[in-house]
Amino acid sequence: MTGTATFLRTFLRRDRWMIFWFLVGTTVLYWSQAVSVDGLYTTQAEFDKAAATMRDNTAFIAMAGPPRALNTTGGQVTWQAAAFGAIVVGLMVMFLIGRHTRAEEESGREELLRAAVVARTAPMTAALLTAMIASAIVGAGVTGSLIAYGLPAAGSISLGVGLFLFGCALAAVALLAAQLTSSTRATYGLTGAVIGVAYGLRAIGDVSGGGLSWVSPIGWYQSMHAFSGERWWPAVFLVVMAGLSGVAAYAVFDRRDYGAGVLATRPGPDRAPASLRTSLGLAWRLQRPSIVGWTLGVFLGGIGYGSIGDDVNSVMGDSQYSHDIFGAAGPNLVDSFYAVAVLMLVLIASGFTVSSALRPRAEEDAGRVESLLATALPRRRWFLDHLAVTLTGTLLVMLAAGLGIGVGYALVTGDGGAVGRLTGATFAQLPGVLVLGGLARLLTGFVPRWAIAAWLAVAFCVVVLLFGEVLRFPQWVVNVSPFSHLASVPADTMAWGPFVAVAALAVAISTAGVIGFGRRDIR
Amino acid sequence: MDSVIDIQDLVKTFGTTRALDGLDLQVTPGEVHGFLGPNGAGKSTTIRVLLGLLHADSGAVRLFGGDPWKQAAELHRRLAYVPGDVNLWPNLTGGEVIDLLGRLRGGIDEARRADLVERFQLDTTKKGRAYSKGNRQKVALVAALCSDVELLVLDEPTSGLDPIMESVFQECVDVFRDGGGTVLLSSHILAEVERLCDRVSIVREGRVVESGTLAQLRHLTRTSIHAELASPATGLDGLPGIHGLVAEGTRVDFEVDTDSLSDVLAKLTSIGVLTLTSQPPTLEELFLRHYGDEVVAESADVQEAAR
Ligand SMILES: Nc1ncnc2c1ncn2[C@@H]1O[C@H](COP(=O)(O)OP(=O)(O)OP(=O)(O)O)[C@@H](O)[C@H]1O
Ligand SMILES: [Mg+2]
Repeated sequence: MTGTATFLRTFLRRDRWMIFWFLVGTTVLYWSQAVSVDGLYTTQAEFDKAAATMRDNTAFIAMAGPPRALNTTGGQVTWQAAAFGAIVVGLMVMFLIGRHTRAEEESGREELLRAAVVARTAPMTAALLTAMIASAIVGAGVTGSLIAYGLPAAGSISLGVGLFLFGCALAAVALLAAQLTSSTRATYGLTGAVIGVAYGLRAIGDVSGGGLSWVSPIGWYQSMHAFSGERWWPAVFLVVMAGLSGVAAYAVFDRRDYGAGVLATRPGPDRAPASLRTSLGLAWRLQRPSIVGWTLGVFLGGIGYGSIGDDVNSVMGDSQYSHDIFGAAGPNLVDSFYAVAVLMLVLIASGFTVSSALRPRAEEDAGRVESLLATALPRRRWFLDHLAVTLTGTLLVMLAAGLGIGVGYALVTGDGGAVGRLTGATFAQLPGVLVLGGLARLLTGFVPRWAIAAWLAVAFCVVVLLFGEVLRFPQWVVNVSPFSHLASVPADTMAWGPFVAVAALAVAISTAGVIGFGRRDIR
Repeated sequence: MDSVIDIQDLVKTFGTTRALDGLDLQVTPGEVHGFLGPNGAGKSTTIRVLLGLLHADSGAVRLFGGDPWKQAAELHRRLAYVPGDVNLWPNLTGGEVIDLLGRLRGGIDEARRADLVERFQLDTTKKGRAYSKGNRQKVALVAALCSDVELLVLDEPTSGLDPIMESVFQECVDVFRDGGGTVLLSSHILAEVERLCDRVSIVREGRVVESGTLAQLRHLTRTSIHAELASPATGLDGLPGIHGLVAEGTRVDFEVDTDSLSDVLAKLTSIGVLTLTSQPPTLEELFLRHYGDEVVAESADVQEAAR
């Protein structure tokens, strides 16, 4: 075990921020469910009514998990957060393991380390321990925050411990994947597939009430029944999965050559396809995976919102918070709800737009622009090509969001016209999204070092949407958000004046960004 | 003939750092010009200004007689660049990168591409993330060498290459030069510079402190002499150009400025020489003289005085 402790210290040091952010993200994921549930329902009667509606909603069950004790805060937290928390922790350990094992080996850096006097298995053991420690930290964060919030200790511990064990199991799976594959990308692909299949199996199992949830590690985690009569024996499955995968990983490691995997790598193409002839082709190629991912993501999210159908009344309860955020109840509540839901989804979709608008800066930061701009490619042309891809991607993602929410609604209510209506409502918010993208571009053009501050603007818009009314923000603060000026369809009727004005603002700041980029130093 | 690169009094600051402080550089057509200097001297910064990636604060920069900032794209058709840090796209294969950069530059010589891939033993089907440092460097080299250009701008192109690949690289530069091409080569590898460069410029703290052919630069350094004379040496220490003289009986040991070499040898012969070994200045000494700061030079003088 020579060297393991040293590696472990180094890894933990290198990963401390990553682990910290996963801790914050996961803890907030669980804790915020408790907060929002308690904010939404003021009386137990409301809560019971909402729970009764959700219990029968197949789409919700498929997305979240088996509905248990939904009329309690703890039950709601478990239901809404457990599956997604498991996915987040699964991704965390996947990245931790991948970067310290296969990625190091792939880059050849590990050769140096192995040449030093250390046990052959030291790096992988240290990576495994790093991932387990990170899972423990995140699990403890979840348990601690829920107990601190005031939820029963047993359920809080069940959620935290289950999350920790799930992290250990996935870490061992990732470690095995790193031995089987011979590229980091493939390691992530294989581990990600395991997580995806685990989620899919439990979705089918939970909906059909059949046994498929029992072959899914996420299903095992959820079957620990936090806050609804905790039981501990399903945890054994997670421990066994961790043990078996871990042993297999070490066995494969012993038998394989340095740098090699067991599964063959598919070599990439030797020549560039015709599409990779221009910088537009390159920008499209680079951003395509993200466009596909976001499109699918917001489509599914849209279906989730839409499948609430007309049950809005009971799900949303009658609290002051509901009133504040969705406006007055009454016959218009459904429209008010969907106006807010659309905006929420649009703000999520703007995540794509901002990350895509920041892509040129990310490319520059990674040092991949110099070589391109040292060819006959004019720099503005390069920047505009990325802009074109961002714009196209934004339209696709917005379309997916609108179709998702419309199709979800239509499936539940049978109202086919909703597809067009809700898609239109989504596009009514387009100029706001473009302003956020334009801001990212403006920053890239003039203060590239601060370009990622564009995310603050997204966060600001989300805060204004969620808390602007509740916390009674001054009007001028609310007005800073471009979305505050756009008509909230379907609650409001479409207003073209503000639509054009906000769009013009987006064009203006984008143009300024392009001009700034053309004039400044690269890097 | 007009210079391919003509830089005069170039100044570039980053905040409070004065990276380039009145730099002059001329590269004439058909020459391989070595661009040397200690870390942080300003070599890469000069090259980035030359490529229109950075905007000069002041000074005149001409590339092929044009303005590298305003006419960047059109001038770039005539050159190829290998950066010091090659960063590839993780999802693109080496072959795809070579094709992409070549196409963006205006075209690829297919036969040469195949030949270079072969000679550099490059696996072009690997993804960018999977290449080692040396192999990333090879991708950039093949991409640069497989287009028809007049000028190669190479910023430490061989860092990370093994000796065999280094010699392949040198052959490629020879071929390029024989075809009439011009090269600006920034490098820390002295053997490479000695082997390839017609002229060199040495930069320090943002200025060119020395520029000329290697022979001219050698002239500025000292040769060390050890000799056994027929009779005890007298009158040697009075001669100009002699440093660090140590005389023990008939044996003498000293360094002499290359300029004064023949005068000193005449004096030695007049005394009578039994044996003589001389060591020409090595390139290392030449560079250490320029790379080291004043402190080093002073301490050398102090040592001299102590003798
Ligand atoms: N983008 C930048 N921002 C701030 N300072 C910079 C920047 N680029 C270069 N510098 C500074 O300018 C000076 C010259 O750097 P440059 O990279 O040109 O050196 P170099 O001669 O290429 O060195 P090396 O041999 O290490 O490659 C250094 O002091 C460096 O720190
Ligand atoms: Mg440099």
